[in-house]
Amino acid sequence: MVRRLARPHHRPARKWQRSVDTLLNNLDIFTTGFKNTAILFVVSAVFALILGTIVGGMRVSPVPVMRAMGTVYVNIVRNTPLTLIFFFFVFGYPKLGLAELSYPVLAIIALTLYTATYVAETLRAGINTVPLGQAEAARAIGLPFMQSLSLVILPQAFRAVMPPMISVFIALLKNTTVAAGFSVAEAGAIRANLSERGEPAIVVLLWVAFVFVVLVALLSAIQHHFEKKWQVTR
Amino acid sequence: MTTEPAVRPLVSLKNVNKHFGALHVLQNINLDVSKGEVVVIIGPSGSGKSTLCRAINRLETIDDGEILIDGKRLPSEGKELAALRADVGMVFQSFNLFAHKTILENVTLGPIKVKNMRPADAKELATNLLTRVGVATQAEKLPAQLSGGQQQRVAIARALAMKPKVILFDEPTSALDPEMINEVLDVMVELAAEGMTMVVVTHEMGFARKAANRVVFMADGEIVEQDTPEQFFTNPRSLRAQEFLSKILK
Repeated sequence: MVRRLARPHHRPARKWQRSVDTLLNNLDIFTTGFKNTAILFVVSAVFALILGTIVGGMRVSPVPVMRAMGTVYVNIVRNTPLTLIFFFFVFGYPKLGLAELSYPVLAIIALTLYTATYVAETLRAGINTVPLGQAEAARAIGLPFMQSLSLVILPQAFRAVMPPMISVFIALLKNTTVAAGFSVAEAGAIRANLSERGEPAIVVLLWVAFVFVVLVALLSAIQHHFEKKWQVTR
Repeated sequence: MTTEPAVRPLVSLKNVNKHFGALHVLQNINLDVSKGEVVVIIGPSGSGKSTLCRAINRLETIDDGEILIDGKRLPSEGKELAALRADVGMVFQSFNLFAHKTILENVTLGPIKVKNMRPADAKELATNLLTRVGVATQAEKLPAQLSGGQQQRVAIARALAMKPKVILFDEPTSALDPEMINEVLDVMVELAAEGMTMVVVTHEMGFARKAANRVVFMADGEIVEQDTPEQFFTNPRSLRAQEFLSKILK
């Protein structure tokens, strides 16, 4: 990245200097943008993980009504484009006459509902990798369904799907930029803000992309850490 | 039935039937097991003996008939079923230790979560049981780090930790390497000697001779005959039992 920026056709030093200036002179906007991205990401990730785990559990529930509810939710929300869900919450929701919510909160709700479906489906794939004997052993010592799920099945399911689960959250991190289109000043909105200050769009976008690459690398590092930690489990 | 119990049986199956599609896998099964009795179920593969064993704690549902544990009808779902299962221990062919938990946690999970035992007490109980089955030194390891024989002995300790009224053994040595079979059977013989009520599906005739009060012979989903081990092994009455024994006791 750095090398590519530093390899222009002529006067490399000056061009590189100007790119760095674009970042340093507008650090306030970069910082605010990524701070908001971080908030959107972390809050949505936590709620999506909770909701997705509940929905994933519903999809393997012995109660048919629970299974049906989980299936309907996953199929409707997962099959709807994220932008459409944003449109609904940003423009449709306020007309429902319910509690007034700020744009960032609406964005978090949209991201959570959308991402939870992927969490649920990834987790369900993980549940299917846990041998049936584990659930039977859990039932045999007298654990009811909920406890079999939470104490025996889900911990193993999460371990089994660590790589695809991290991919879901990497997608969430990048999906937060959709919120820029809905008046949330996160990283995806940095370019528009800086264009007003006359900064070159391409340089700004490259810096934004660079930070995203670093953030995703961080998530990948977390994934590797847990994969290593749980290696001996089976 | 040769050994009609005088008191209420601990496990009682009455006219139990089950089908797997067209296969009538349990045919009108009647079986009583009294407290302290060790019943060994033998028979050719596909005779329904594992299904029978698993039906006793409802890991297999039945189509009709009745199963009573200590006089109580086996509930079909929910909390009552879970509570009843806590009284019925189970040891599986493939051990089924919780793969993500240490050996100690495998044994303490039930007492802590189902019986609400204090963790310190559960740990003491588990340590005693692990010592008894000879794997106390492995307490902090994960199941995958133990041999099959060790895992199965842990599975027995896990079942014992619930202080069950009866323990079901579903082919407990069938997945073991030959040199590990005896270490598991020894623990089972000891349990039998201590008066534990046991229902054991096995191919280990030596165990049946040594520890069983009664041998139940199943074929094609039916209980064909049942008798004391001496009677059954030396003088089987049914033709199918004679054929079966001639094949395995060469």
